[in-house]
Amino acid sequence: MSKKPRIKVPKKAAKGEIVQIKTLISHNMETGTRKDKSGKLIPRNIINKFTCTLNGKEVLSANLYPSVAANPYFAFHVRATESGTFEFTWTDDEGKEIKASNEMTVA
Amino acid sequence: MVSPINKNVGRRGVLKTAGLGFLAAAGGSMLATSASATPETAAKALAKMTGGAAMTEGKVKLELPQIAENGRTVPLKVTVDSPMTDDNYVKHIHIVAEGNPTPEMISFNLTPGAGKAELSTRVRLGKTQNIVAAAVMSDGSVFTAKEQVKVTIGGCGG
Amino acid sequence: MEKKIWGAVAMLGLGGLLVACQPGGPKLIDKADTTSDTRSGYSYAEPETQAMQDDDFNNPAMLWADIGGDQWTTVDGEAGKSCQSCHGEAAKSMKGVGAKFPIWDAKLKTPKAVEMQINECRTERMKAQPWKWESDQMLGMTMYVKMQSRGMPVNVDVSGPMKAWLERGKEFYNTRRGLLDMACSHCHVDNAGNMIRANRLSQGQANGFPTYRLKWQKPGSLHRRFKGCNDQVRAEPFKRGSEEYLALETYVMWRASGLPVETPAVRN
Repeated sequence: MSKKPRIKVPKKAAKGEIVQIKTLISHNMETGTRKDKSGKLIPRNIINKFTCTLNGKEVLSANLYPSVAANPYFAFHVRATESGTFEFTWTDDEGKEIKASNEMTVA
Repeated sequence: MVSPINKNVGRRGVLKTAGLGFLAAAGGSMLATSASATPETAAKALAKMTGGAAMTEGKVKLELPQIAENGRTVPLKVTVDSPMTDDNYVKHIHIVAEGNPTPEMISFNLTPGAGKAELSTRVRLGKTQNIVAAAVMSDGSVFTAKEQVKVTIGGCGG
Repeated sequence: MEKKIWGAVAMLGLGGLLVACQPGGPKLIDKADTTSDTRSGYSYAEPETQAMQDDDFNNPAMLWADIGGDQWTTVDGEAGKSCQSCHGEAAKSMKGVGAKFPIWDAKLKTPKAVEMQINECRTERMKAQPWKWESDQMLGMTMYVKMQSRGMPVNVDVSGPMKAWLERGKEFYNTRRGLLDMACSHCHVDNAGNMIRANRLSQGQANGFPTYRLKWQKPGSLHRRFKGCNDQVRAEPFKRGSEEYLALETYVMWRASGLPVETPAVRN
């Protein structure tokens, strides 16, 4: 059961307006320092990269380490310059990529 | 009902010695490992992330609770004073922890398109420690801020 | 073994000790306030934790509630039905429903939790496989159903056959158990508002379940929380959905009467 990311992007913005974007994704962010019941280290598996692009151009990205809490949350800003598609990508240590996109109209 | 190992002590005895258990409980903390970052290793990691430029205090504001309700999920907000224009913007914000198993927490890479250098996320803190943020500006200068968060261990949420 | 028990004692702390070490926090709740009226766990939480709950794009439990929303319209099972096939829009049909649970199950002759109702629908009407109590789907659907009553007062009908279960739950609540010999009431009635080592004890109100717990780093059911409390007093926990926990759920939900449904809440 994969959980979809939860994203807040305003549908409309005025040109030049600075809008806030919020993203949530489900991931247990396994640190690699925990042991299972048999005493074996559980291998690290975290989301290590997050990117946000607008019409294919990177606006913001983040490199994550095990100190980021489970189910990573980000709130950041974007200057509304053109209408288009935001694409969000989360990549974990197993190479799994989760993508989501949202449209915003700038008038 | 009395714990089998304390047949002769009884509940009051358990109560009196409960304080001793503090260390045992602290040892069970989620992020506890033998190795941990120190202020020195955190400073080294930060220097590596920022490319070793000289750092000046200021322009960066780190917001964290003074006392975290639970170290496993601590809200963090970082703001950098910058116009975020094409020729004057924040390129990176690196955040390190002085007491977690590894110092690096997160690095944000920004562009002028971000409009405003204000970011929020949630982090894990294994114990009471300082968090240090460094912002690398487009002209190569680096500004920093430091905040302490107290992390309590013990109780039902520990 | 020895270390484990000391750890347990320390983790929990015991009534007497804890009450003695009550640091003056900025949001100290007067004990008198907490015993005279009914207060949601929300009022004991730190402002940062409250802020997480207040914003559906900040509250990580909403990732699970979204699973519930998706499942609502997903056809599953041999009958070819989804929840929506019978119930239509959840926002209309489920409004107020979650606030009334647990309800009487005339067939099983026990109280019925939302989780049981969901599986009854799945197995009997949808002819689909039941979900496990603590699965992502079950947590998500329970949340989704209860969420439709957000802000509405908890209102459990404890008349008729439910009365005996209310009494049974009350007895459970006030019975000492485990190596620490503690009843639910020792923490959540006698010491609500006081510190248990580093944490503030609440009244243990259940109006926000399934709840995202910072400790769990994910949401969990009310019965998971019951198990946690039983574990912490070093008592043998019961199974999710057991008669003991259904009786306890009846009592704690009755105890929460009038508090707004906060599902999905965020708590320490």
